Amino acid sequence: MIEAMLEFDQIYKSFSGVPVLRGVSFGAEAGRVLGLVGENGAGKSTLMNILGGVLRADAGAVRLAGAAHEPASPAEAARRGVAFIHQELNLFPNLSIAENLFITSFPRRRLLGLPLVDRRASRARAEELLAAVDLRVPPGRLVGELAPGERQLVEIAKALSLDARVVIFDEPTTSLTAPETERLFGLIMRLRGQGRALIYISHILGDIFRVCDDVVVLRDGEVVGGGRAGEFTQERLISLMVGRTLDQLFPPRESRPAPEPALEALGLSQPGVVEEINFTLHRGEVLGIAGLMGAGRSELARILFGLDPHARGEILIGGVAARGNSPRARIRDGVAFLSENRREDGMLAEASVDDNIALVALPAYARGGAALIDRGRLEADVARAAERVRVKSASRARQPVKRLSGGNQQKVVLAKWLLADSAVFILDEPTRGVDVGAKHEIYRIVNDLAGRGAGVLLISSEIEELIGMCDRIMVMRRGRIRATLAREAFSREELLRLALAPEAGGNEGGHA
Amino acid sequence: MIRRWLTEWVSLLLFVAVLIAFGALSPKFLEADNLVNILIQSSSTAIVATGMTFVLLTAGIDLSVGSIMFISAVIAGKMVLAGLPLAPALASILAAGLAYGAVNAFFITQLKVMAFIVTLATLYIGRGLGLWLTQTRAMNLPEELLRVGTARVIGVPFPVLVLVAVVAVAHLALTRTAFGRQVYAVGQDAEAARKAGINTARITAAVYLVSGLLAAVGGLVSVAQLGAVSPTFGSQREFAAIAAAVLGGTSLFGGRGQVFPGTVLGAILIQTIENGLVVVNADPYLYPLVTSVVIFLAVLIDSLRNRQLAKLSRRKMALG
Repeated sequence: MIEAMLEFDQIYKSFSGVPVLRGVSFGAEAGRVLGLVGENGAGKSTLMNILGGVLRADAGAVRLAGAAHEPASPAEAARRGVAFIHQELNLFPNLSIAENLFITSFPRRRLLGLPLVDRRASRARAEELLAAVDLRVPPGRLVGELAPGERQLVEIAKALSLDARVVIFDEPTTSLTAPETERLFGLIMRLRGQGRALIYISHILGDIFRVCDDVVVLRDGEVVGGGRAGEFTQERLISLMVGRTLDQLFPPRESRPAPEPALEALGLSQPGVVEEINFTLHRGEVLGIAGLMGAGRSELARILFGLDPHARGEILIGGVAARGNSPRARIRDGVAFLSENRREDGMLAEASVDDNIALVALPAYARGGAALIDRGRLEADVARAAERVRVKSASRARQPVKRLSGGNQQKVVLAKWLLADSAVFILDEPTRGVDVGAKHEIYRIVNDLAGRGAGVLLISSEIEELIGMCDRIMVMRRGRIRATLAREAFSREELLRLALAPEAGGNEGGHA
Repeated sequence: MIRRWLTEWVSLLLFVAVLIAFGALSPKFLEADNLVNILIQSSSTAIVATGMTFVLLTAGIDLSVGSIMFISAVIAGKMVLAGLPLAPALASILAAGLAYGAVNAFFITQLKVMAFIVTLATLYIGRGLGLWLTQTRAMNLPEELLRVGTARVIGVPFPVLVLVAVVAVAHLALTRTAFGRQVYAVGQDAEAARKAGINTARITAAVYLVSGLLAAVGGLVSVAQLGAVSPTFGSQREFAAIAAAVLGGTSLFGGRGQVFPGTVLGAILIQTIENGLVVVNADPYLYPLVTSVVIFLAVLIDSLRNRQLAKLSRRKMALG
């Protein structure tokens, strides 16, 4: 048994009462690469944030080379030898490579009492580090001028400069071209040879099998499997990641989709965001969109709602071309949008429940020359909408929505669109961060909407949710719809397989 | 590419255009004496704008600089009139500026109040305090001070000398010290800076101290030229300082800009326009209008420049 460089021992963590990590224990050995896999929300990022000093565990211990590791800040974690290579890099594009490498540890010399940066020393040291990661560019170049792959190498060079004992790669290949990916893998092998412990997080299982010696599978905040990578197959990993059977979470829907179209996309494209999006959402239908983070799902939703522009293609609402391209125009056409981030742009946090519900439909209640609000009618309708979604609040007229639970906030946002009598609902991660009971109620509302003839486009990272709720599911990957499955063809494995690239590296996306 | 180039060099182009325009309108404008005059007149603004550049680079703002100029000049003036020698009075100007900057820094970094709000409040507090101390009367200062203000050292006027010293140190500090580079890092992305282990609160506090100190220095240079402190002394100089920095290519969104040539050029450009209007005998009521148009242009250009840069970097990501 080799001494573990890094050990997680019974780590627990919850966010506002919702457990995210439930007794996670495993170790990473020096001179080996450990693959950490799991679905979105399985707890990988939370665990890594604890390791990196961004979060603190509620219970349990992390040990680094045998000593307790409880960093109070990312800086302290870095000092203790834990380096992160993030998906979105932590570099300053307005500074040079050398400056990024030494931003907190510049070599110095004094001139007339001013503590100047010793540029010659920092250049020499930077050149050494860049050579170690095989990046042959002058250290004086601005990071903003580098390609994503080169930026990542700079970040790795930075980890080397801190002499990191543990290096964590979080989805390192998502923005890399095939040759850049190869170069990265070569480098990972070299770091492994130097006796560092490496943790590799990825959804691309082919990559996991290529670079990892060991794997650990997380699901719902627990370790559900692990061991030598050679003992696993891709199929086994996927079934471990997906796990549990569907329970009674999803209420049955009585209604069937109608043939009339509610929302159609014809060849929608926005370079670098989405390509050639074609689909028809029917009235009374719940159409799901599956895919990994960054596959272009939320971006598509924003384009459909007129928040972001599209270069080509057409959007039809109820069979007629959309009038204009702005959220205002969409609302007029009867489209509702529930954004991924309701705290930021789905609701007015300080305003009351009633005011939030009335927000969109307000103009419809103005009458007469002075356009005064018909308060009586508005209040009655708001009450009815609140009743329909079953908002639980102390006082609808006075309680600010920020004081409500996540599930109730989401219901308020839904009620707002109910009041506006929308015919198309675009729901982006409607159940993110809400508890099981509230999830169930949101599903009930979605069924209710479909039953009344609205078309619902449901974006979700939870495959169970899509399978439980949708009539059809489209799978997006790298900005394109790769497949559309009908209910009979739903299977977790198939959806996951389609969402991940089918082959190692997954370079068919055409970005290279 | 051409558009990118244009946005980068627009202030220089504007400067050349202004020189040519006024030169064509009045031959006196381009005479050496007048050009030196412009440089002297713009020193004070350029010094204040240099401090402002530090603040803007961190994506902050310091609206209180005009009031700092006023209050520190008032304090020094009181001391001189009370019979104290000149040297300690001048030193107390700088101390007052630093202290005022420290107050701003305290509220912004310790109590986490928005810089805009804090410095808007200290703008009014400083002005009010100064007016109360002076009973809204102008203070005439001794001849001695005026002699310093108009002195020349080996032919270089005193204000220009101070300007050169300030800009040299500021430029070195920003481009060649760890502190300076961290200022740029904080302005680019404060969260990433924190993750990289930079003490962002210390950096932020430091830029308001620098701004306070340089506002006082700018006030001193100005007082030494005028020989008096009027109740409106330093009033609205915060806008000239911000405009000078932005005209010189410093972004209001942080992380981008430089003191030299940027901010210095911006300050000289604004002064050149005012001077030019005087030389061509324009209606004095027109000055604020022209200056405000220039300031508006500066902010508009910055906005466009940012959008342009964002577009460029997005394109690079997509191609990568």
